[in-house]
Amino acid sequence: MKKLKVDPKGVLTGAHYLDGDFAIAEGALAAGCRFFAGYPITPSTETAERFAERIPFVGGIFIQMEDEIASVTALIGASWAGKKAMTVTSGPGFSLMMENIGLAAMMETPIVIANVQRGGPSTGLPTLVGQQDMMQVRWGSHGDYKIIALSPDSPQECFDLTIQAFNLSETYRVPTFIMTDECVGHMHEKVVIPPADKIEVVERKWYEGPKEKYLPYKPDKDMIPFMVKAGDGYRFHTTGLTHDERGYPVINAECQDWVVRHLNDKITKNAEKIIKYEEEQTDNAEVVVVSYGITSRVAYRAVQLARKAGIKVGTLRLITVWPFPEKRIKELAKKVKAFVVPEINYGQMVLEVERAAAGKAPAILVPHCGGWVHNPEDILKAIKEAAK
Amino acid sequence: MSKDVKAQEAKNPMEDFLRMDRIPHIWCSGCGIGVVVTSFVDALRKSEIDLNKVAIVSGIGCTGRVAGYVKLDSFHSTHGRAIPFATGLKLGNPEMQVVVFSGDGDIAGIGGNHFVHAARRNMDILVICVNNFNYAMTGGQVAATSPINANLSTAPYGNFEYPFSLPYLADACGATYVARWTCLHIRRVTMSIQEAFQKKGFRFIEVIAPCVTLYARRNRLGDGLNLLKYYHDNSEIRHGADTRTLDIGYQGKMIVGKFVDREKPPFLECMNTHMKKALGDKYVPYGE
Repeated sequence: MKKLKVDPKGVLTGAHYLDGDFAIAEGALAAGCRFFAGYPITPSTETAERFAERIPFVGGIFIQMEDEIASVTALIGASWAGKKAMTVTSGPGFSLMMENIGLAAMMETPIVIANVQRGGPSTGLPTLVGQQDMMQVRWGSHGDYKIIALSPDSPQECFDLTIQAFNLSETYRVPTFIMTDECVGHMHEKVVIPPADKIEVVERKWYEGPKEKYLPYKPDKDMIPFMVKAGDGYRFHTTGLTHDERGYPVINAECQDWVVRHLNDKITKNAEKIIKYEEEQTDNAEVVVVSYGITSRVAYRAVQLARKAGIKVGTLRLITVWPFPEKRIKELAKKVKAFVVPEINYGQMVLEVERAAAGKAPAILVPHCGGWVHNPEDILKAIKEAAK
Repeated sequence: MSKDVKAQEAKNPMEDFLRMDRIPHIWCSGCGIGVVVTSFVDALRKSEIDLNKVAIVSGIGCTGRVAGYVKLDSFHSTHGRAIPFATGLKLGNPEMQVVVFSGDGDIAGIGGNHFVHAARRNMDILVICVNNFNYAMTGGQVAATSPINANLSTAPYGNFEYPFSLPYLADACGATYVARWTCLHIRRVTMSIQEAFQKKGFRFIEVIAPCVTLYARRNRLGDGLNLLKYYHDNSEIRHGADTRTLDIGYQGKMIVGKFVDREKPPFLECMNTHMKKALGDKYVPYGE
């Protein structure tokens, strides 16, 4: 991918004391996002507020839409006009977004969505933490498609991973998600924003061939089709219907097969390039704790206590949640007695750990239904159980 | 060369504006949507507008298919979401003329909320709404525009809900240009679109069109010609009519014409003017 010169106007270089929500807005501005359409919802609103406050001095659009359906749809329009575009939301808004997340996937449109998760279902716990949308982000819109989702565990990572999310979204022409949570979103910590020339931002894969030959859905060697901007004279067509390389609707099983395989394979076959995780002391571990977001920080306390008690315990922190690092889990499953998976839901990513471990090692869920983080003692208990 | 061969080789005057590789279209014979597309193309030609700078966005439904046939940057979005899609597109590239071309179910039914808010913000887009009084693509169900007493597949004993009067709604929400025509008024539809191209802000044109296959058949109203005859006998041009008086009863009289033509700065102009006033030189203007 071509590197893009970062516009210093959007980069607030220096050390700051920011919450995760604000850091997401700063990450977006640093990445070159100049279009934000959103709808207020706790606990994500601060990102929208920060963007609205900052964008007049950078040059771009903040628009508060009538709902989350309109917000995501506007992003798709803006993205086809050549803008990097993002929105932010939480549970109920995320549910409303699903329809046009499917459209973005189908039209292969780069957009970024942050979900500051709260407890559900329905209105649930507007002000309190949850990690209950981890499967929704993967499967929420109808049909078969794949997306990319990242999970930051600190305000610093909210900044860093938002830039990453834009880079991945632009590279793979796919909706990309920042799956954070109320705790990280509202946690204030030091966030270091580097100078503009130290920030790595990739450029969209623009088409440069003859105008009449442009095909919006012809996969390139890396499987990703080239894009153009509306208004540049290509007079192209795109649709949410099953379509051919020209973007024209074709309603039959053959074309459906081609489109669905492509939407899935472009992520699956590039998964190793996309996936990032952080591992610690897994070499001789009997037990590996798999966690993400705020839960990984709580789990770390339990891991320290377990190590003090003499248990060989390693950690695997998911940074990329989707695609899931199944290859690595599979390798570890051959060596460990068990995985321990704490998450603030009633069992979601644990299903993936179980699937990847394929019976070689059990995955022990430490559930929490939301509203607060785990007590490290509960995770410790599971680690001790697993080490037996 | 004989006259016949020449005629065969002659180019269809609409060819430059349509995706000829997608013709024939899917619309039924007697349907009014094609007529409105012809007027739209005619307006594009007469306006001598740069076609590279015009985008068309449709939603879902019979009229939702228009974006697929017109050779512009064309987007066939989801049901009801053409207006927010167009909002993003217009704000993403402010130099474009963005046109939403969709049906009554799409714009006033499922997309009603987006319609009222885009009009309220005075988003700089032109919305052409083909109103055929029913959900035709799915088989003729009752719509937010179906007249009282009309028979629809999900109102099998007749409709008893009050319908929207779309020009009244658009006016109330602040549109800068509001007109209504029928499929019979092809020249006037063309002129209205041309006129709307010249204006800024949220512009709305409703075109009443026959749905022969479903609405007309179910209500035993005859074929396309019968419906055009009905338009001819029952439509009355009344420019500047009070938009509160534009209700359409079942097979009743239809007031058509241009009802609203007002000047009002659109969204981006409001944003730039306001921010300059509030922030002075520190403000970085957008899209000027």
